[in-house]
Amino acid sequence: MSRPTSGVTETGGAAALLQTRGLSRHFRLGGLLSRRMLHAVDDLDLTIHEREIVALVGESGSGKTTVARLLAMIYPPTRGEIRYRGRSVHKLRSRKDLLWYRGEVPMVFQDPYSAMNPVFRVAHGVMRNLKLHRPELDRAGRREEAERVFDIVGLNPAGDMLRKFPYEMSGGQRQRVGFAQALAVQPKLILADEPVSMLDVSIRAGILNMMAGLRAEEGASILYITHDIASARYVADRIVVMYAGHAVEQGPTDVVLSRPKHPYTQLLLSAVPDPREKAVPVSADTGEPPQVIDPGEGCRFRQRCAYAIDTCATVTPALRPMGPAHDAACHVAEAEPEPVASVPQRRVDTRV
Amino acid sequence: MPEPLLDVDTLSVSYLTDDAKIGAVDRVSLTVHPGEFLGIVGESGCGKSTLLFAIAQLLTPPAEITSGRVVFNGQDLVQLTDGELRHVRWRDYSVVMQSAMNALNPMKSIAAQFKDTMRAHERLSAAAIRTRSEEVLHLVGIDAAHLSSYPHQLSGGMRQRAMIAMALLFTPQLVIMDEPTSALDVVAQRSLMTQIKELQQQFGFAVIFVTHDMSVVAHYSDRVMVMYAGQVAEIGATDSIFARPLHPYSKGLLDAFPSVHGPRRALTGIPGSPPDLGRPPSGCRFHPRCSAAMAQCTTSEPDLYVVGDTQVRCLLYAEQLRDAV
Repeated sequence: MSRPTSGVTETGGAAALLQTRGLSRHFRLGGLLSRRMLHAVDDLDLTIHEREIVALVGESGSGKTTVARLLAMIYPPTRGEIRYRGRSVHKLRSRKDLLWYRGEVPMVFQDPYSAMNPVFRVAHGVMRNLKLHRPELDRAGRREEAERVFDIVGLNPAGDMLRKFPYEMSGGQRQRVGFAQALAVQPKLILADEPVSMLDVSIRAGILNMMAGLRAEEGASILYITHDIASARYVADRIVVMYAGHAVEQGPTDVVLSRPKHPYTQLLLSAVPDPREKAVPVSADTGEPPQVIDPGEGCRFRQRCAYAIDTCATVTPALRPMGPAHDAACHVAEAEPEPVASVPQRRVDTRV
Repeated sequence: MPEPLLDVDTLSVSYLTDDAKIGAVDRVSLTVHPGEFLGIVGESGCGKSTLLFAIAQLLTPPAEITSGRVVFNGQDLVQLTDGELRHVRWRDYSVVMQSAMNALNPMKSIAAQFKDTMRAHERLSAAAIRTRSEEVLHLVGIDAAHLSSYPHQLSGGMRQRAMIAMALLFTPQLVIMDEPTSALDVVAQRSLMTQIKELQQQFGFAVIFVTHDMSVVAHYSDRVMVMYAGQVAEIGATDSIFARPLHPYSKGLLDAFPSVHGPRRALTGIPGSPPDLGRPPSGCRFHPRCSAAMAQCTTSEPDLYVVGDTQVRCLLYAEQLRDAV
């Protein structure tokens, strides 16, 4: 039941750092003999370029954390492929190759309170990473490097901070330690799974600014996973919206947010509180993303969608071009008229 | 002005440990009128949850109310015994806890937990309990079939709704909510807030709503109280605080979250972290993090100054008031 993906806009394949093709992950529910499968991620084509911040946005249960775990090789995909710098990630076998990939693509976890071992000082995690991934450094070199990355993430003075235990730090400081651990291995792509959702609003701004700084100064790409589309707008170049395991809309941040095509993106946008704006009266939508168990054909958003038509129940919508580099998977959405006409070459499907 | 439903008067709470006394809530006064929605905003560790627990008389040692009164419907709750409180608590005021994941008993079905709650406060027949449980679940938009569900079978949003249903079992006059939405994502948060507001308009109960995210209460509360380091930093009408925040801390909170619609601005946040309440800073407790701090902020402690219909604890306004005189 692979979805046709023809016609999807390619955004300059040359500088793609990481690319997924038809990435899917299903989980078996119940015992070994059970045939019920939960479809957490289905047919995801995701591209992340060098020095790019991509936001993966969706509600709880949309499959966004599963994507991060697939990319971090925490578990293998059920189907599909992840290509990193042209190499298929799940064909890497040797210890050297695996260390190489895990060093270039580290993950920062959602909950800074449980991501660190409480019996070790925070230096432990960073030093261990350095020992594993940067064997060329000697003891003093590792220490120097640890202090350097602590400085970058704003933990000053680095020497004192390295000697602290996790319980001596605030949530914001711990999340910075998480980023420092990732930075120590000279990453090319940081997988950040809801790095600010557990933090106070006043501390979030600091972490978001730090992420933008990491890209500018360290040249790292970031996959920023979040349910908060407002913070995605603040840091990301491109947004991919997920719903119930499918990517339903993707495109440049400003385009997606100013002209959202998918009804789900519109729902996400209307839910963001903004005290500078007048309240938009929205009826209480008590819907939630469905648990996708053994799905048939059809749009997974149709039960919550105000615009659903008969086709939505029978045909799974594929991502279609809506404008330059902007795609949405919706039968009802209409493409932007003039930009499509002005760049007809880019709409041609180059895939075999 | 009608009589307030709740009148908290110079309430202080301390955590007493062997070698220190930590003042978590420092001389807080506030009133809530019938049917009013009061938002309390502050960072983790500012004492907002302690304040709620003190109002609801749910503090356990080492926390202790050291001074002040909590007058609810003309009765000082601080003076009541446990037996007397039992007749007021949950029937006249109820509490929705922060994380429904931990507040619900994982071993019991929703129906059993509702039954326990009702039995604890009133003698009712099994049929009456069943009918009322179905009613309140229906109110929050959950199918009555879920009465036999266990908490793990419900999503985060549904658990939080079930907690709210539980708080409404006796149709109280005041519902106290401790960050009910902070574990939810934005869509669920928005729909829960809308639902709370609709229920409030339907039944006319008053709400005290605690959150760390100022934007959550913007469209729902009548008044907002900003707390910092155990004290009231600013309290006033929601509209005027959002249009013209007076305290530098309120301004910082408002500038800390990104907007989806307006122009893109650089976020500044608030540098540093909240002080250790065991050793609060001298003078104004906010001065180490304040961008507008002056020399006297380190030495003299500001009072609450009245500016318009807002009260604000900041020396900037002491100056202005003196100049105006």
